[in-house]
Amino acid sequence: MAEGTAWNVYDALKMTSREIYGKVLAELGETNDKIVGVTADLAKSTNIGNFGEAFPERLFNVGIAEQNMMGVAAGLAKTGLIPFASTFAIFACLRGGEQVRTDIAYQNLPVKIIATHGGLSFGASGTTHHATEDIAIMRSMANMTVVVPADGFETAKAVRACVDIPGPFYMRVGRGFEPPLHDSEDFEFEIGKAITLKEGSDLTVIACGVCALQALDAAKVLESEHGISVRVINMHTIKPLDEEVVKKAVLDTRRILTVEEHSTIGGLGDAVASVIAESGKGCAFTKLGIPDEYSEIGPPEDLYAKYKIDATGIEETVLELMGREIEEDEDWSDED
Amino acid sequence: MPKKVTVDELKEKAKELRINIVKTTNYAKSGHVGGSLSCADSLTALYFKYLNVDPADPDKMDRDRFILSKGHVALAYVPTLAMAGFVPMDSLKSFNHFESCYGIHPDSNKIKGCDASTGSLGHGLPMGVGMALGLRYQGYNDAKVVVLMGDGEQNEGSVWEGAMAGAHYKLENLIAIVDRNKLMIDGPTEDVLGIDPIDKKYEAFGWEVITCNGNDMEEVDKALAKAWANKSGKPFCIIAQTEKGYGVKRFQSKVEWHYGAIDSVMLEEAIADIKSL
Repeated sequence: MAEGTAWNVYDALKMTSREIYGKVLAELGETNDKIVGVTADLAKSTNIGNFGEAFPERLFNVGIAEQNMMGVAAGLAKTGLIPFASTFAIFACLRGGEQVRTDIAYQNLPVKIIATHGGLSFGASGTTHHATEDIAIMRSMANMTVVVPADGFETAKAVRACVDIPGPFYMRVGRGFEPPLHDSEDFEFEIGKAITLKEGSDLTVIACGVCALQALDAAKVLESEHGISVRVINMHTIKPLDEEVVKKAVLDTRRILTVEEHSTIGGLGDAVASVIAESGKGCAFTKLGIPDEYSEIGPPEDLYAKYKIDATGIEETVLELMGREIEEDEDWSDED
Repeated sequence: MPKKVTVDELKEKAKELRINIVKTTNYAKSGHVGGSLSCADSLTALYFKYLNVDPADPDKMDRDRFILSKGHVALAYVPTLAMAGFVPMDSLKSFNHFESCYGIHPDSNKIKGCDASTGSLGHGLPMGVGMALGLRYQGYNDAKVVVLMGDGEQNEGSVWEGAMAGAHYKLENLIAIVDRNKLMIDGPTEDVLGIDPIDKKYEAFGWEVITCNGNDMEEVDKALAKAWANKSGKPFCIIAQTEKGYGVKRFQSKVEWHYGAIDSVMLEEAIADIKSL
């Protein structure tokens, strides 16, 4: 390791410009004394520790016990509080998953689960620490809102917005090293309303999380080098899904690609596929994500490339999808 | 502040509750009658003497909270709530029926006075820890949180996660009751997966612990009085030594009566047994 590159786990957090969640929560805590926090020995790693530094009596660290963490969050909510519960995404959705389902979602409690290290963002940590099932699990729970912000700016806006959602909320963020999609907080952000990053008429890429920036980068190259007009949708809210944006993409572009840092089973891709199928319209469609296998170990960027959810992979897949034959409206509309 | 109720009055209430339990088992067509009868004395003492709860103001913030962590005995809990005035007695007839508010496990969003939806074992103590923390943080220092657990339930790891947190956070407003009826579905607890010495386990986890005969109202009353007066800086655990099916000879200590259905003949026989207690 080169001189000057030594760092430890605490320094790493300071190195990132995206440790916004904990700071925003601490800021919200100033004006809303109903906000409390719960974590499972990951106060520092998830940045909820920033809130705890501001309000030590309002952050409850339950140790390495995620089932208890979710149950405690439910109990706190039952006394009228708004608990933010933070741990790594894989533990939030699976280790404490039944508590999320039965204690929080079933009872429709306003627990805000901010799960960090989602997807492959903790790449070198290995598959035990990758979360590629969380969106599928969380979106299947009734009452649950599911948000996957594209960067720290969206994270900040989502953290502020989720306080007013009366029920449970799941937000999956990365590790904090991801390049930002936006260059400031100066944009409209509404939970449940997709953001059109770029207009286009030949094909629509619908992405969430870190993949939104990759999709935008790919679209620019596809337009300049291949003359393909690609619409890019940042679908930061997976549930409730902005179905109108999907239906419009079906009608306008007839070709849709979804991109997510998640299994291709049950996530954004499947949510979009349902809307396409129910629309009754023909549409060339492909999902990019982690195939039905356990993810490899390695730096996140290498993994994104392997699973083709980076700009290069998206370009290749768009070119393939543009070449795919689809039935035109006239061919099937007279069959009924 | 506990209400001024005599032990004899509570004993009569417990008989009434047991009769309502077997009647509701009959209405419901089936249910967890054994574990319902074993904890009937604790439920009676809680709802008719100790818990500060009010059916006219069920959501008042300074109330005590009760979590039926052994959620499979809604068959005992909902009749208790009916007797305490939270839900109509007549509504018990709908138990387990299509779109009823009452099923085998209680739903807090459907049952007035019910503080937590339960059924999956090992969830109640963590929720109780959260409630106890939340009440203390908001300054409701007199409000207690009572969690009634089964003994087989002690096999669940999340119970011990909650137990550790309760002691760590010095939740003296938290009371756990273990209904030690010694039987679980597959047999005696000590054969299936032993939990003894359960009192020593809670002590080692940093709790105040007392053991009582959970089917003797005098002992239950004394145990709850101690729990209510707890100022040890520790959470309080009552090991209530009970008999599964207590009050009905046919069911007493019979593992097969963990769950079952009773017809009108058995119902009359059960009521006669209970009246002769």
